[in-house]
Amino acid sequence: MNIGVYYFGAISLMLIGLYAILVKKNLLKILVGLSIMETGVNLLLISIGYIAGRSAPILSEGIGPNQAVDPIPQALVLTAIVIGVATTALALTVAINLYETYKTLNIEELRRLRG
Amino acid sequence: MVMKRALAILTLLIIGYWMASALANVPFGADKMLVAQYYLNHVKAQTGAVNAVTAVVVNYRGFDTLGEVTVLFIASTGVAALLWRKKRERTAETEGSIVLTTGARLLFAFIVLFGAYIFIHGHLTPGGGFPGGATIATAFLMLYLAFSAYEIPHRSFEVTEGLAGMGYVAVGLIGLAIGSYFLFDWIWQTWGWGHSNIGRLFSAGFIPVIYTIIGIKVGTELSGIVDSMVKEGGE
Repeated sequence: MNIGVYYFGAISLMLIGLYAILVKKNLLKILVGLSIMETGVNLLLISIGYIAGRSAPILSEGIGPNQAVDPIPQALVLTAIVIGVATTALALTVAINLYETYKTLNIEELRRLRG
Repeated sequence: MVMKRALAILTLLIIGYWMASALANVPFGADKMLVAQYYLNHVKAQTGAVNAVTAVVVNYRGFDTLGEVTVLFIASTGVAALLWRKKRERTAETEGSIVLTTGARLLFAFIVLFGAYIFIHGHLTPGGGFPGGATIATAFLMLYLAFSAYEIPHRSFEVTEGLAGMGYVAVGLIGLAIGSYFLFDWIWQTWGWGHSNIGRLFSAGFIPVIYTIIGIKVGTELSGIVDSMVKEGGE
């Protein structure tokens, strides 16, 4: 099986993030894992849009329509990054509220305190 | 604990193998675009922008971006609502060091200027409203770090944010009135401004206008999120 270094890096980032989500007990570390996973997905989308030997899709001198890479994944990733920032901020807010209420961020203790 | 970790690593290896075997059929660096070639061939004539990414984001998929701005607005409102208390104030006890305060005073204007540069030149260079707005928000974050009593002017920020959001919709509605659909590029297609100017600042129809609006909106929203998170609730 022959996959490029970019696909390998993207898959690795996603798996590292998923590992943090599965194993870590601290809520903040889980959120960091989510962000790492998101980076991996973005890298994957960008690298699928890459075309060997071509330049960024900014049509300037010497870069015609046939010398530029696919602009659509880049536009989609731009959207994804912004939505990622928004959701991370919202998740951190929930974490702040949880800490103010229960004085802990350990998810196992939080589960025991519930109810 | 060890058992759980081993199980997690095993699961991850299976998922990783599955993803890799799927991606092995997607050749890296091959030319597989169909729609994108249309965009690249027509982007200069149809939108006037040289940066195809911003043309796709603001012009071809402008409605999508309006939804994105709405999501960001809802998120910032959600942050403010979840952290709402009767009395929230800054509780930092020490001022920033002399290096930080002097640096913040010196650099604040330049960071805002750089953010404005990024969103005004969105149709020419990499960047646009979202990174430009985020850059402006970092300038306010720096003020929060440096001065222990600093707060953004809430009232004017909220008004600016609301006006920017309405401005985006207004630009789209003018397009609906002049042309045939919401977010029709009236500056470029009806008025024909800047057709001899492609590749310079005054071109690309409403892309710089909308990106300026987005930049202001994102900047004020992210500053508001920073403000909500830095302050702590008093009882």
